[in-house]
Amino acid sequence: MSKSRNFLLTSVATALLASPVMAEKLGLGRAALPEEVAAWNIDVSPNGDGLPVGSGSVEVGEQVFSENCAICHGEFAEGVDNWPKLAGGMDTLDRDDPLKTVGSYWPHLSTAWDYVHRSMPFGDAQTMSVDDTYAIVAYILYSNDLVEDDFVLSNENFLEVEMPNKDGFIIDDRETSEKHFWNAEPCMTNCKDTVEITMRATVLDVTPNDTTDDGPVAEPAAAEPEQKAEEAAPAAAEAVVAAVAAVDPALVEAGETAFKKCKACHQVGEGAANKVGPQLNALFGRTLGSLDGFKYSKTIVAMGEEGIVWDDATLAEFLRKPKDYIKGTKMSFAGFKKDEDIAAVTAYLKTFAN
Amino acid sequence: MTDRSEDNSPSRRAFLKGSLAAGGALAGATMARAEGPDPLITEKQSWAMGTGDGVDATPYGMPIRFEGDVVRRNVGWLTADTISSINFTPIHALDGTITPQGCAFERHHSGAIELSKDDYRLMINGLVDQPLVFTYADLERFPRVTRTFFLECAANTGMEWAGAQLNGAQFTHGMIHNMEYTGVTLRTLLEEAGLAAAGDFKDKWVYVEGADASSNGRSIPMEKALDDCMIAFKANGEALRKEHGYPVRLIVPGWEGNMWVKWLRRIEVTGQAIESREETSKYTDTLEDGTSRKWTWVMDAKSVVTSPSPQSPIKHGHGPLVITGLAWSGRGAITRVDVSIDGGKNWQEARLSSEGQDKALSRFYLDIDWQGEEMLLQSRAMDSSGYVQPTKAQLREVRGLNSVYHNNCIQTWHVYPTGEAENVEVS
Ligand code: HEC
Ligand code: HEC
Repeated sequence: MSKSRNFLLTSVATALLASPVMAEKLGLGRAALPEEVAAWNIDVSPNGDGLPVGSGSVEVGEQVFSENCAICHGEFAEGVDNWPKLAGGMDTLDRDDPLKTVGSYWPHLSTAWDYVHRSMPFGDAQTMSVDDTYAIVAYILYSNDLVEDDFVLSNENFLEVEMPNKDGFIIDDRETSEKHFWNAEPCMTNCKDTVEITMRATVLDVTPNDTTDDGPVAEPAAAEPEQKAEEAAPAAAEAVVAAVAAVDPALVEAGETAFKKCKACHQVGEGAANKVGPQLNALFGRTLGSLDGFKYSKTIVAMGEEGIVWDDATLAEFLRKPKDYIKGTKMSFAGFKKDEDIAAVTAYLKTFAN
Repeated sequence: MTDRSEDNSPSRRAFLKGSLAAGGALAGATMARAEGPDPLITEKQSWAMGTGDGVDATPYGMPIRFEGDVVRRNVGWLTADTISSINFTPIHALDGTITPQGCAFERHHSGAIELSKDDYRLMINGLVDQPLVFTYADLERFPRVTRTFFLECAANTGMEWAGAQLNGAQFTHGMIHNMEYTGVTLRTLLEEAGLAAAGDFKDKWVYVEGADASSNGRSIPMEKALDDCMIAFKANGEALRKEHGYPVRLIVPGWEGNMWVKWLRRIEVTGQAIESREETSKYTDTLEDGTSRKWTWVMDAKSVVTSPSPQSPIKHGHGPLVITGLAWSGRGAITRVDVSIDGGKNWQEARLSSEGQDKALSRFYLDIDWQGEEMLLQSRAMDSSGYVQPTKAQLREVRGLNSVYHNNCIQTWHVYPTGEAENVEVS
């Protein structure tokens, strides 16, 4: 907080000018009920305040994490693509490119518990139970080599866990360590002998292309669109017709389960909206990358413009290896290994025909 | 954005007179010497004959289509998706000091949610005499204040630590906006709940939290909470936009944007900082030796030339040129801005459009006679605390390259004889 006299003077002056002075309370609002406070007041502090009673093991955590978190953060919390890494990076903080994770950087374990419980999974926040949260946090610790595989985390042993970087923080010291910037008479003339250009932005060339109205879409490493046009387009119309014909309830049910892998990013059904990924209603017969209001990667849009349409064949190829089928796709999903899963998800998605 | 109507401003006339006196520098410049009569003048134009749109053609007006490129833009490779992401204010194309809401940058951690006034609730709990719940309508019955402040994301210019990266003021400095807010002071609400239960304020904190799925929460020292924070429901005269926290957001003047919690739902008086994810994992600044600064809330004095700049090149040839930009400080008011056209060898004082306001944007202008010479354009802000905007070298000396946040260094644009400009770093 600024302690300079100027700062205090200005704020006093502002206060006199504009702040309402309340002689007494206005009696607005109403008393918060204990149930209401309990529902919202769920933050957890470094000293353990706010931590509910419960426990969870690394073993359970591995499973819960795999089901709910791994799609973005990786099976070992190592991170997928651009999604945050939660493990690794130990002893890298003083290197050129520090890797900051729960293990290498976070000073308090409470922060991990609080954040997982309150803000994750992304797109489905506040769905982890207390015990599952303990288990997940135990698993994240394990992924960072901070506990053994038989470890069980609970409200009782919570404060015993030592975070490696707990002493790695100092309170803002700019007002002393950078006091030399406070200099009322900066140099005005002949301040240096020579001026050399030492770096240019165009060398790196990571600025989005300014394509006037649409806004930028460039990704630095995005590959050129591949020629895929021949394969799919003609088959599309028939596929749609065929799809309506036969629906196998067992397959659809299996598809609903398999779709859990997609749910973090896609919505289907009534009121489905674009989230991390586009909504998937009425998918079959739809041109690739064609929904208004969703920012697709360049390649999928280009493929759509070539006339490619979603049908059994194109979807199967995409879901087997998303990044092979659409180079540079924004969809970070590794792909289904089993054809059964693809068939099941396909059947399930067909039930959302409009 | 080249507004011809400014040509008659007093300063512009003074400048023209000055340069004429200095030896007729205008000869050969772009004083459009007519080749023949201008058909835009001599011929009748359609717009001067037929009629235009009637009232109500657009019940809520948008900028005319010619301004369609003055929009927020994002940098796709920065984040995994656009839901927890950021975009940038087109500062290169704006003037004055107020940022229109529709192009003021956005930063969400779980997307911009739709929360109606009817569904809105604000809770105050913790170390207060009486925990309270307010509806939106309750908030409108408290004594109201209206104040203008800038909001800057702590990561603004963060991509430039290692070197010049992004070619445009929008991308290097566009995580900023400046609005006139209307609402209630945080002090008013805290006093309504009663602070006797908090005892000594010295080590007390106010934890604030949003209603969206990210549940963004930050701890603010009681001293700041009672000083100038406010709960806002209007910006620039109208309701907040959804992307800026409709119906209610917190205003934490001069401090990093992440603390200005949107969709504010809870205010808790506590005896300690919560050390949430956004104040440990993020918004902490790692120094060269691997230790990190925390609680670096204040946004230091900073400025940038918005035009000419890479997205706003000089298109008009030689002669009079308006150099303009923005300056701000989280420690007080801007008192002075200097501009250099030779990469920091020599400086001249720019003109502020009006006296600097506490923790709000200032606009500066420098009118020069440009004869096509290459320029290394820089600006340097000073504030009422005596702080002087440092060079990148000065910052790196103290902090190294890994701080991510709080990069308030002097920016350099290399302007070529063609009038085009590039983001560069100079010795
Ligand atoms: C759909 C993708 C997705 C899923 C699924 C997901 N996360 Fe995340 N996670 C994110 C994103 C995006 C962020 C960064 C959010 C931000 O910056 O606001 C994040 C951030 C985090 C962080 C903080 C990382 C840091 O360094 O600050 C933790 C811890 C975390 N997630 C844990 C989990 C856990 C545990 C689960 C499962 C219960 C989970 N996540 C599921 C996308 C996901
Ligand atoms: C981590 C987030 C994520 C997961 C998990 C995910 N997707 Fe996607 N999906 C995306 C994104 C982002 C896109 C947009 C791709 C692009 O622009 O290149 C997309 C695009 C698609 C499209 C193209 C839609 C169109 O409008 O053209 C289909 C079909 C699709 N996904 C199906 C699935 C299915 C089925 C699953 C589960 C097996 C799945 N996705 C899992 C993020 C995800």
